[in-house]
Amino acid sequence: MRNNRFKLKYVLPVISFTLLVLIWELLARYAGWSAHVFPAPEQVATGMLELIADGSLFKHAVASLYRVTMGFYLAFLIGVPTGIVLGRWQFARTLLNPVVQFLRPISPLAWIPLAMLWFGIGDPPAIFLIFLASFFPLAVSTMIAVTAINPTYFQVAANFNFSAWERIKLIVVPAIVPAVVTAMRITITIAWLVVVAAEMIAVQSGLGYLILDSRNALRMDYVMDGMIAIGAIGLLLDVIMKRLGRFESTEWASG
Amino acid sequence: MGHIVIRNLNKHFSERRGARRTGNGAGGLAGETISVLDDVNLEFENGEMVCILGPSGCGKTTLLRIIAGFDEQFEGQVNVDGQPVDGPCADHIFLFQSSGLLPWMTVRQNVGLGLRQMQDQAKHDETLREYIEIVELEGFEDHYPHQLSGGMQRRAELARALAVNPELLIMDEPFSGLDFFTHMKMREEVVNMHDYIGKTMLMVTHDIDDALIMGDRIVVMSGRPSTIKLARKLDFPRPRDFEHNEELSRLRAEVFLMLGVPYAV
Ligand SMILES: Nc1ncnc2c1ncn2[C@@H]1O[C@H](COP(=O)(O)OP(=O)(O)OP(=O)(O)O)[C@@H](O)[C@H]1O
Ligand SMILES: [Mg+2]
Repeated sequence: MRNNRFKLKYVLPVISFTLLVLIWELLARYAGWSAHVFPAPEQVATGMLELIADGSLFKHAVASLYRVTMGFYLAFLIGVPTGIVLGRWQFARTLLNPVVQFLRPISPLAWIPLAMLWFGIGDPPAIFLIFLASFFPLAVSTMIAVTAINPTYFQVAANFNFSAWERIKLIVVPAIVPAVVTAMRITITIAWLVVVAAEMIAVQSGLGYLILDSRNALRMDYVMDGMIAIGAIGLLLDVIMKRLGRFESTEWASG
Repeated sequence: MGHIVIRNLNKHFSERRGARRTGNGAGGLAGETISVLDDVNLEFENGEMVCILGPSGCGKTTLLRIIAGFDEQFEGQVNVDGQPVDGPCADHIFLFQSSGLLPWMTVRQNVGLGLRQMQDQAKHDETLREYIEIVELEGFEDHYPHQLSGGMQRRAELARALAVNPELLIMDEPFSGLDFFTHMKMREEVVNMHDYIGKTMLMVTHDIDDALIMGDRIVVMSGRPSTIKLARKLDFPRPRDFEHNEELSRLRAEVFLMLGVPYAV
């Protein structure tokens, strides 16, 4: 039984991906579109091998990942403490929450002109955009998680004479870990979406740049290779984040 | 230590939500207030085991929270050892009606919460082991609360409270949700514990027999707004037995009647 389910977990995705490629192949063959507009799987696979062979795919992927990592870590380092302060301190929340809620719905892409003006071109504006895209979801989720902590735990803390620092270290931080890990999973996906868009404008490297450059060269097979790489790395990031949520001490949250 | 005097205690909650709905006109100016405790006067001796009974929602938890220092919005006087209550502290440990164990900490870490200041590591470990042994949780030190049964969680919380060696132990329905046998066993454990450490203990319960068997003093509260219907010392010999002690069984019937159950069976 168990073994079967284990197998299904891996067999079913393989079936769905095979079906996807099959439909793609059929469309490419019988829909009558030109190979320049709708390249077939084989052509895209050949293109992929070329991009891997000359190292450009790897180089672009590393450039994108670097920006995402930097922007995301900055957002994490600043956003989570901000969320804790907002969640714990009613005054700060009343003061700053309206501003946060005002800035939050502005798409990071709307910041591109200003980001280029302030940071020039290259990595800094892209990192800034990733930061913006990741900061608000992380800070807001952290704030909500902190306000949702069962008040009984703070009464226990008062009962056992916790210092302010102990309340953060022994109550707040462990209590919000599950929610923050979930927020990180969602946020890393948003960051990955944004980096590709940012790279189409401000920089000369990265998967976004690869796609834009290939379009200018009318190489739709490379465009699709870029998309496949983005999807694959996105999947990988999600798997890594999911793993991150599986510490023993977070098991209490799942039941 | 642990001498508690309560004089003319009044407590009400204002319900803002109710006020908005009914607040057209003069009626709900200051918001709807519900009176929970109405002129409560009580005195508990040092080292007593006090059992508090009362219908659901009458204000038992509210009273305990005030004594523990969690709720400072009240009128009247609440003194512990001659001092007005002033916020929660490690000398008055509260056992919550719902579990107060921190779910991200193991039994060892939870029980160790009250021993954080202890410098001597060997003494720390020894004390920890001692209290885990008292509640018979040896072998579960590294389990998280969700890996324990309801009764084990209660015992772990009890161990955590006792390890602080508080002057006053306040327990809000410590036996609720336990099966019959665990309940009986915990009852015995708490009585033994009380004999052993001799500190004042306040306990809310819904079980009249708990109160009559365990208590040095029994308090019966009325429905809301709550007044004290009965506060009396129980100096019956132990072990207590309803069948053979006529006065005890008469008191039992009386308390049943007081709580609105005419036929004590
Ligand atoms: N924070 C609050 N705000 C408003 N009303 C409250 C609040 N806490 C308690 N009450 C009210 O006070 C009354 C007494 O509550 P309390 O929790 O003390 O009851 P209880 O005697 O412990 O009941 P139970 O036996 O069910 O635990 C309840 O009717 C409840 O509606
Ligand atoms: Mg209660």
